[in-house]
Amino acid sequence: MSPEDAPGPAPVSRPQRPRWAILGERAIEALIRLSGVSAILFVAAIFFFVLREAAPVVFREDFSLGQFLFSTEWYPTSANNVRYGTLALTVGTLSVTALAMALAVPFGLGAAIYLSEFCAPRVRETLKVVIELLSAIPSVVWGFVGLTVMSKLIVKLTGAPVGVNVLNGGIILALMSVPVIVSIGEDALKAVPDSYREAGLALGATRWQLVYRVLVPAARNGLLAAVLLGVGRAVGETMAVLMATGHAVHIPAGILDSVRTLTANIAAELGEAPAGSDHYRVLFLTGTLLFLITFAVNLTADFVVRGIRRK
Amino acid sequence: MTRVPPSKPIRLPLLAVAAALAAAACGGGGGSQAAKPAKTVIQNKGSDTMVNVAQVWAEEYRKVAPDVEVEVSGGGSGVGLAALLKGAVDIANASRDIKPSEIEQAEKNTGKKPVGFNVGFDALAVYVHKDNPLSEITLEQLTEIYAEGAKTTRWSEIGVKIPGVSDDTIVRVSRQSSSGTYEFFREHALGNRDFRMGSRDLNGSKEVVELVGGTLTAIGYSGMGYATTAVKMLKVTSKPGSPAVAPTVAAVHDKTYPLARSLHVYTLGEPQGAVKQYIDWILSDAGQKVVEDSGYVPVPPDQRAKP
Repeated sequence: MSPEDAPGPAPVSRPQRPRWAILGERAIEALIRLSGVSAILFVAAIFFFVLREAAPVVFREDFSLGQFLFSTEWYPTSANNVRYGTLALTVGTLSVTALAMALAVPFGLGAAIYLSEFCAPRVRETLKVVIELLSAIPSVVWGFVGLTVMSKLIVKLTGAPVGVNVLNGGIILALMSVPVIVSIGEDALKAVPDSYREAGLALGATRWQLVYRVLVPAARNGLLAAVLLGVGRAVGETMAVLMATGHAVHIPAGILDSVRTLTANIAAELGEAPAGSDHYRVLFLTGTLLFLITFAVNLTADFVVRGIRRK
Repeated sequence: MTRVPPSKPIRLPLLAVAAALAAAACGGGGGSQAAKPAKTVIQNKGSDTMVNVAQVWAEEYRKVAPDVEVEVSGGGSGVGLAALLKGAVDIANASRDIKPSEIEQAEKNTGKKPVGFNVGFDALAVYVHKDNPLSEITLEQLTEIYAEGAKTTRWSEIGVKIPGVSDDTIVRVSRQSSSGTYEFFREHALGNRDFRMGSRDLNGSKEVVELVGGTLTAIGYSGMGYATTAVKMLKVTSKPGSPAVAPTVAAVHDKTYPLARSLHVYTLGEPQGAVKQYIDWILSDAGQKVVEDSGYVPVPPDQRAKP
């Protein structure tokens, strides 16, 4: 259904365009616009509903936001002294994410540089398919690997009493965020104009000098965005960390200590909390906190990417 | 919900919806069993301690009543009871007593009162690794190890030397807070004091025993039915000076073992139809044999309160 090629707006009385075609086109236009706007709508709606479930407890007099954010005591079902402190959970999330990034960033950016600058086209295509495959593995499968294979390996190699801990969760999350970092990082490096490479080589730079003196600084924003999206992936991951981190609420003393993350805590406890109870609302408030953390990370990534476009 | 789909198998999806609606309309009770072949589904959810025995019940019951399908899932006593209060399941398994607040909630949601049946007993065993030289423990020591504000963090502090480890920090293994086992242990071993933060809170009875079996310095609690060769069950003393008692059938029946508890199934209102027949069967000798074979303690015949 292609109208005649004519630049500018079509004349009103064109005999060969029936009314249903015009209406149909408008309808499709509206539909496309709707799908564009819907993403914003859904995000706003989700935030609204999560916050609405949490709101009644926030404005209660006996609820302290300070305790919620800065206490490590999480006793939602205590018989005589209920306390909702999420600091240990937040630290759990941050520690696992930090370790994951310490592992994933060098590997991810290294792989991105290799893919973009050093490897032969055929190898690149194969590697990209394999890396994409890595990102297609469901998180519950990663969790299972952490719980069975990795945990035994960690006990054997480090002598830790328990194999499900920060190290285990960090390695699993690193493996999950590497594909994100690689694919976005590679795009960022590819976006650097070839004239930069040619100029560098013409000045007598080695390939290594070219990479770290020219390409990485030029693609800096894109690479940072890749890392931040990897962080977002790691912070929001639930199932794998639920299975691999050992589920202990406390501030870890080292990487061989078990922790519980914000996401794992929600997943583990929401099923038991009676709808409308304080425990239920506090879990939604935890969800809001998590939402704000990932939102901040993604927004930063977005601003960084915008920085690239301006150039 | 008890569903009785009609016999024509071809238009199954549509009819299943219709049957579900019909069942909902008559309040979810077991409708009159027609002469036609029909499959009744009983939804059963709750205690992780009871999930194994509940699964064997379901399998054995299929042999007795092939037209009844019992769908069993775990999640914890709290999860099962929460589902029952919403009317989402027919039977909730619970390894603790239902709370007054839960009864209230059920009456508010559905207008029906939950009814419970004692279907067996379980002794909560305290497990350590098989190479741990400890053989008995007092409730006071358990409190010192597990409770909030308590000080014991190393095995050497209670006079235990674990062979072949340099760091003898006690690895405390516990359960997630929706578990009936968790609440029972808190109430009966810790005197309702809270758990100290930092225990490994696992999601199943079997996982606790597995972790303890693989960790020299661990201590954990779980149903006595989950014992393996890698772990050791400790004898428990309720008061200093009184004799330590091992978790055995006899010690559960005469109530000398301090960490024994009843296992229950709960229904909304007096059970009807297929659900009633199923609970009757659970409390029969055949159903109670399953309890015994799964490592739990059956209810003595004179104590069985049938629906």
